[in-house]
Amino acid sequence: MIALLGRLLALIAIVRRVLLGRGRGLPAPEPEADPSERRVPADARAEAIVAGLALGAAAAAVAFVVFYVVDADTRLLGLTAGLALALVAAALLVASLRVVPQVTEVEERAQLLHPDETGRAAEDARSAGEGISRRRLLTAAGGAAAAGLGAVAVVPIASLGPSVADRLAASPWRRGRLLVDEEDRPLRVDDLETGAFVTAFPQGADKRDLGSPVVVVRLDPRTIQLRPSRRSWAPLGFVAYSKICTHAGCAVSEFRYPLYQPTSKAPGLVCPCHYSTFDPASEGDVTFGPAGRPLPQLPLAVDGARQLRAAGPLSAPPGPAWWGVK
Amino acid sequence: MSRRRDPVADPVRVVDERLGAAPLLRKAFHYVFPDHWSFLLGEIALYSFVILVATGTYIALFFEPSSHESVYHGSYAPLQGHVASDAYVSTMRLSFEVPAGLLMRQTHHWAALVFIAAIVVHVMRVFFTGAFRRPRELNWVIGVTMLALAVLEGFLGYSLVDDLMSGMGLAIAYAVAISIPGVGGQVATLLWDGRFPGSDHFWPRLFIGHVFLLPAVLATLIGLHLAIIMRQHHTQFPGRGRTEGNVVGTPLWPGYALRTLGWFFAVAAVLVLLGGLVQINPIWIWGPYEPWQSTNGAQPDWFLGWLIGALRTMPPLEARFAGHTWIPNPFFGGLLFPSVCFGLLYLWPWLEQRFVTRDRRRHELLDRPRDNPLRTAIGAGFFTWVTVVFIAGAADRILVTIGFPYEGQIWFFRIADFVAPPVVALLTYAACRELQRSELHPLRAFAGRRVRRTAAGGFVAEPERGVARE
Repeated sequence: MIALLGRLLALIAIVRRVLLGRGRGLPAPEPEADPSERRVPADARAEAIVAGLALGAAAAAVAFVVFYVVDADTRLLGLTAGLALALVAAALLVASLRVVPQVTEVEERAQLLHPDETGRAAEDARSAGEGISRRRLLTAAGGAAAAGLGAVAVVPIASLGPSVADRLAASPWRRGRLLVDEEDRPLRVDDLETGAFVTAFPQGADKRDLGSPVVVVRLDPRTIQLRPSRRSWAPLGFVAYSKICTHAGCAVSEFRYPLYQPTSKAPGLVCPCHYSTFDPASEGDVTFGPAGRPLPQLPLAVDGARQLRAAGPLSAPPGPAWWGVK
Repeated sequence: MSRRRDPVADPVRVVDERLGAAPLLRKAFHYVFPDHWSFLLGEIALYSFVILVATGTYIALFFEPSSHESVYHGSYAPLQGHVASDAYVSTMRLSFEVPAGLLMRQTHHWAALVFIAAIVVHVMRVFFTGAFRRPRELNWVIGVTMLALAVLEGFLGYSLVDDLMSGMGLAIAYAVAISIPGVGGQVATLLWDGRFPGSDHFWPRLFIGHVFLLPAVLATLIGLHLAIIMRQHHTQFPGRGRTEGNVVGTPLWPGYALRTLGWFFAVAAVLVLLGGLVQINPIWIWGPYEPWQSTNGAQPDWFLGWLIGALRTMPPLEARFAGHTWIPNPFFGGLLFPSVCFGLLYLWPWLEQRFVTRDRRRHELLDRPRDNPLRTAIGAGFFTWVTVVFIAGAADRILVTIGFPYEGQIWFFRIADFVAPPVVALLTYAACRELQRSELHPLRAFAGRRVRRTAAGGFVAEPERGVARE
């Protein structure tokens, strides 16, 4: 394998040497020597190769048109168009290296700094202020005008979006709101076993609203650890959290649930964007990953028809954090 | 009196008579390009940009920049009857129904990937050869700006199609925008016209940004970049007859014109072949985006890998006190990290002048990386830093393909971010010093010492080849 690689490198070196016609690793010649030269290749064979490549490109281009007309596969279109371009490239490169005169020229660089002229240009610039006595007043007035015009240009940007106010924290969840699935069917507690994981929305609300989607999971009630004020939020082991990750706003669409309690990791709600992991059994706390705060929890209740309803609003603003999050 | 027609002289005469352009033409013909393969990297970026404009114009004619939802009735059976935005549906139509549409779309995507890769490698070439030194600081700043804009432009294009990957990316972009301390909420609300996923105005804004604003700025900067190069001329490596005051190489006409045109077609050929033969961003597999959906193992285009890596490796810190979240977590990985990276890049010419070389002279002859070991070491350390973060962004793929536990990897990368750069910098410094001392090329020449046996039977090492540079 390594020998093969070595041979390949040697082959590339030989091809390079043949194409460019010079050796490598020779001592650097004197910098003073004039490198200018002009060679006329007069290579009839190279001309024939260029002509052949160009004709090949024309043929590939015709093939592309034919394939386009018969509505052929993308791969055939790409292959023929790519081949036409590649053959034109090869023709031009061979022509550049083997057909046209090979010229090396020396060009003097432009002078960038003009010591006399810079001084004179600065004087010319300064001469505009000749005879002006109230320079500071003019500068201040001009500055004020510029700032004012800048404000005129910038202020309309405010029309681009509404004022933040409370919009970023809003959520359609209210006490008594029915939980429905993607097809607007109510979630019935008897349809969901322990270990279940479903996405739910407030009935009748805009599903695309960041405050809408929640994940509902059913856990063993004995494993749930909620603070006293949230004790009633998890009837029959059902807990619900905002589905929008508090880190970067992706959907927390993965649920890790232990198949074998003694060796598996504890249940986790995972966002696949940056793998923030939240503990559904203890108020959505962050157990791994970059999220800086728990998932907002939705208090649940079971109504007389054994359907899940919200028992209140989300416990915190949904979605990624900003200035307004406490 | 009849004159014989001359197919070359006549057009030149026509132009000169009207514009007086013959002297300019002669000067252009004799404009000299120094020869080195690494000078072609920037040309790859330039020609990818040309292909991007060409293919982008074509696909923009079929694209509907609207989040208005409709039911899909195209030829891709699995999505029949699904509701999706016009942006997604029109991209599906472009991919399945428009002849050559998929070729154009995939070529456009590949060209974007190559465009940014070429800029990155070109920036590295300019950095490690010291080509950014006086008088070229301005062009360095323009180049770094184009890199930043190209990354943003690539992200906008990738976001436009409104598939699942776009939506996940935009959600993260929104979280990063909203994380700006103090004003983030208002900034994000202005950009999206409300809270994510934004109002109906958002898609046209994204579209105008991608097809007009950023390309126009990029095209202007490219023009400026090239105009400054023409004024200052290319740098060159030291060699026979080459001085600080001249340029030695191939004149534009005919050799270089043919060569660079050939290079353009070669770049175009590779991009079209990739676009035709190698599938990229198959949006029909991901499906349309809804804010409550996401998928595991999602990876962005390569040029965003360093940002997703930074977001993923950041520990769960959030500065929260006095009733406000002062610094939300995505700020660190999504804004602070790239700002530090680009800040260092922008300032490097002046940092080097002040702290590394104390050299403010004009330089037209390039350094080899070994000629300035400290610069090369710092560059290698910086590159290592960004690369470690980049690889961290692929930790989930590493878990799936090799099986290293994800959480262990993140801890490894958190530590490696700080350990690897200085180690690589030190090794690079030592390697540069060694190369300087031996004056040997690591790959091309004999690297050992000849040993001669003396008549008495002992062994004597011959002096090293090459002469050490002062």
